[in-house]
Amino acid sequence: MVNVITTHNVRLYYGDKEALHGIDLDFPKQKITALIGPSGSGKSTFLRCLNRMNDLTPGVTITGSFKLDGKDIYSPKTDVVELRKKVGMVFQQPNPFPFSVFENVAFGLRLAGIRDRKLIQERVETSLKQAAVWDEVKDKLNDNALSFSGGQQQRICIARVLAVQPEIILMDEPTSALDPVSAGKIEDLLLDIQDKFTIAIVTHNMQQASRISDRTAFFLDGKLVETGLTKQLFIAPKQESTSDYLNGKFG
Amino acid sequence: MEDIKRQLTHSSKATKQDRYGKAIAFFCTFLIGLLVVSILYLVASRGLATFFKDHVSVWDFLTKQNWNPSQVDKNGSPLVGALPMIVGSFSVTIFSAVLATPFAIAMALFMTEIEPRRGTKFLQPVIELLVGIPSVVYGFVGLTIVVPVVRTVFGGTGFGILSGTLVLFVMVLPTITSMYVDSLRAVPRFYREASLALGATRWQTIYKVVLRASIPGLLTAIIFGMARAFGEALAVQMVIGNASLLPHNLISPASTLTSVLTTGMGNTVMGTLPNNALWSLALILLLMSLCFNLIVRYIGKKGRMAK
Repeated sequence: MVNVITTHNVRLYYGDKEALHGIDLDFPKQKITALIGPSGSGKSTFLRCLNRMNDLTPGVTITGSFKLDGKDIYSPKTDVVELRKKVGMVFQQPNPFPFSVFENVAFGLRLAGIRDRKLIQERVETSLKQAAVWDEVKDKLNDNALSFSGGQQQRICIARVLAVQPEIILMDEPTSALDPVSAGKIEDLLLDIQDKFTIAIVTHNMQQASRISDRTAFFLDGKLVETGLTKQLFIAPKQESTSDYLNGKFG
Repeated sequence: MEDIKRQLTHSSKATKQDRYGKAIAFFCTFLIGLLVVSILYLVASRGLATFFKDHVSVWDFLTKQNWNPSQVDKNGSPLVGALPMIVGSFSVTIFSAVLATPFAIAMALFMTEIEPRRGTKFLQPVIELLVGIPSVVYGFVGLTIVVPVVRTVFGGTGFGILSGTLVLFVMVLPTITSMYVDSLRAVPRFYREASLALGATRWQTIYKVVLRASIPGLLTAIIFGMARAFGEALAVQMVIGNASLLPHNLISPASTLTSVLTTGMGNTVMGTLPNNALWSLALILLLMSLCFNLIVRYIGKKGRMAK
């Protein structure tokens, strides 16, 4: 099994306060890895280290090693712009730009300097199809993306990320703002695209983690408690705290 | 039982207070509404008297170039051509807005995107100060500095649309900047995050997402600036030269609707044509600011951003 991203002894500080206490977690290629754990356990924070979104938050210090295809993510030589093209991100709240659907999905392509209109059109169409939203938007590509429902907006956002053809997609609770039907559509599309992309998904929904992920990592209080194949972790967790969390006994 | 019944059927103290509060608020709103209606009625009734009582044609008023309300021409109709003032008002307004907008965009971006902490710390007081300076001071500075400089550089008397534009530029700059800063701050953080996460540089994020998402806000800011420029009287009057001639260049003396109003106000008798003609100018001003307001509302409605 090839790992796309490997991390070792990751520690993150907000000022002097240590929020992540030495995390080792690898993301195998073309698998879905779910990050579960209670709020404030550090899973989103950890996820945002992988595309260096934490760089934007003042006062954050990060130590440890992060490797994407063997290359150091935090090396001073790393081009953050290139990194973020390889490591796409989908956020909790659907956040399409207030432009047309087409312009939203083409945004990353235009950033990459692609001028060929035909290529852009093709990529937009493929991405929207991959994101399972093509049928709903194909006649309304010039409508403002904000005029669609939350679930459609989130799939447009996923298409926007897919269009850049990243290697790995980070998803920060992508369905927590959506109703179960919309969430189900997104789960289905993740299963459809998992053979092309590596996916890391933070979720509060344990059924979701068990339905779609190949591997699961359980975070608690800034520590990685346990990680393993999803089936194993859910059926026979090794740690008591994992078992307690999965059974709803905590706090 | 009886106690509970009484309690439920009688309004409590809080309910009564609520009712009083509402009544006071309604009364104040009504008063303000009445005030606005009265002003509109006063200006309209006087302003329209020129056309209905003195039988000046609206078309002549808007297109003739000769402004001398106390005189009549060969045909006996009064010389009330307001075109020079209308052109003057629009020129200084548009030129100053065009000139101020790039500066305002740059300052606003600096304060919100590029250097939010230091930028706001230094520029915010500067902007507030610029807003607070009385317009007579602007006019005075314009008269002692801008007019001589224009005279030396471009020739002529120095009074004219150019000087008016330059003075108004400084006056509308803080208006446009501070309003645009507000609308840049209203661009949700997640637009920026989404753009950066897609591999955009900071500059790409600014001009492809932030600027684009804030265009309605920018237009609103510019129009507010224009409304201020259009209505400014004193400072403009001091540097524009006050000659009611149709301006053919930017450095010859001209006049605006407001400058004619302020200079003419004290020299006319209520109810006479010269006085009514001034009211007509006021009516144009009022209608224009109404227009500006409507445009702002329209843009605001169209360009709503996600929360």
